[in-house]
Amino acid sequence: MQIAVLSGKGGTGKTLLSVNLSYLAKNSIYVDCDVEEPNGLLYYKIPNIETNDVLTLYPVIDHNACDGCQKCTDFCKFNALAFILGKVRVFKELCHSCGGCSLVCPLNAITEKEKKLGSIKHGFYEDTEVYSGEMNIGEESGVSIIKELLNRVSNTDKTVFIDSPPGNGCSVMESISQADYCILVAEPSIFGLHNLNMVYELTRKFNKKIGLVINKASNDSIIYDYAKEKQIEILAQIPMDLELGEMNSNGEIVAKNDKFRPIFESILNKIDEEVQS
Amino acid sequence: MKQLLILSGKGGTGKTTIASSFIQLSQARAYADCDVEAPNLHLINSLGEKTSKPYYGMKKAKIDQSKCIKCGLCQTHCRFDAIDFDGTYKINPYMCEGCSVCQFVCPVDAIEMYDSIDGETTIYRGKQLFSTAELNIGSGNSGKLVTEVKENLKSNLTDEEFVIIDGSPGIGCPVIASLSGVDMVLIVAEPTLSGLSDLQRIIETAKHFRVKIAVCVNKYNINESLTRKIKKHVEGLKIAFVGEIPYDKNVVKLINRGKTPIDENSEVSFAIKRVYENAIAILNA
Repeated sequence: MQIAVLSGKGGTGKTLLSVNLSYLAKNSIYVDCDVEEPNGLLYYKIPNIETNDVLTLYPVIDHNACDGCQKCTDFCKFNALAFILGKVRVFKELCHSCGGCSLVCPLNAITEKEKKLGSIKHGFYEDTEVYSGEMNIGEESGVSIIKELLNRVSNTDKTVFIDSPPGNGCSVMESISQADYCILVAEPSIFGLHNLNMVYELTRKFNKKIGLVINKASNDSIIYDYAKEKQIEILAQIPMDLELGEMNSNGEIVAKNDKFRPIFESILNKIDEEVQS
Repeated sequence: MKQLLILSGKGGTGKTTIASSFIQLSQARAYADCDVEAPNLHLINSLGEKTSKPYYGMKKAKIDQSKCIKCGLCQTHCRFDAIDFDGTYKINPYMCEGCSVCQFVCPVDAIEMYDSIDGETTIYRGKQLFSTAELNIGSGNSGKLVTEVKENLKSNLTDEEFVIIDGSPGIGCPVIASLSGVDMVLIVAEPTLSGLSDLQRIIETAKHFRVKIAVCVNKYNINESLTRKIKKHVEGLKIAFVGEIPYDKNVVKLINRGKTPIDENSEVSFAIKRVYENAIAILNA
């Protein structure tokens, strides 16, 4: 079973929830899909973690074979190729690796070479299996790293917790693509509400089962009222707690603490009931 | 157009709260929200007359079933897993990146590329000009949409005018698009281990653009020892540290009433004003 944690807005507590739930759940996998700013490993401190590169392809022009017909530059929809001063130039960062240029070249002057887009780290923290993707700085899109992460966990019997990126775009959609259940996390502010509504629409579009966690809960019922109106199951309300905030800020797994463990245990129990129903 | 961009790497550190305060303090002629995947700035500032336009992202492929001979070449060549087969070949519009390789390899011209609406751009004309946009759910091309938001500002302003731009979290395409052409970036960090790690990655990203960089810490009293660590780290990189803003639960209450933290005098409002003055001094230096 795959459970994705998402929020639209950043900083609402996606990593807090996915780290602590995967820590408590027996036989589980934590996957950090926020490849632009991955933070899961700051909690799951694993010495000597195994690291593998994620590669992508980009075109290399054989300038001796190229006669400057510019079929490739005309074809590229991503402006990754340009004809400048009589030569085809490649802008690697803009390339989406579609392979179109090498297909259209009539002189076979284009070959594709591998370059490193980022990496995937893998290891164990007690009985929790941990994967974390990291995009190289300066790259535009980490979607292929997310795809590779999900490939690694697609044939498992374990419960997989997916820590999604913020936002509402292609990376988020990719990270929830195989999820059986989505946990939406929101904080009680007008920003939190607006972004919750966006990810709620996203999960509806893909017919996902969902539950909601209200984090940093105050006496403002803005999110609670929204959940009632949309008939979304509320899994928990985690009150604004400075002690929890400070522990979490230091990279501690708060579910190890007797005071906070019950919050996460009760969320796990509720999800079990929901998924089985 | 003199552009001050507000970024953070990590989400939820307070970009929009600080941007909205700066907009009020500066009385900037114009401002923009480049967080097109989760825009929020429109919720807090008073807006003027609204004009919206559909945003066309990349074209998408469509298969004409009456021409398709089911050879499967399109699926073989698609690198984005965007072509499904369940008796007939179909394009998954959420996966299609618009490269048109499928159209090129189709031996019977059964594939055409069509214009697809991926979101909406909006201009508000009030006392201040406000450019914003919203990406459609699950769409790609957020970088291109960010560029449109900035173009919409530019086409309405003269060169000397000062603008404030609220950015998006992360370090990928929308952030890179928002960085292009700005004069200065103010990075809003938070004193958590995650905040420190994300700060390092956004500083590295911003450095590629050779813009002025300054850093402030929001909610500094949540973890004062990490705040000191961030300050030391930033100063070690010879980047300007422009101030610390305390955590105060009243801020969210003000925002929920559509106000900004500087609408009421408090430690937070004074701190934001100091950060603002320090940042503007660097921008104008």
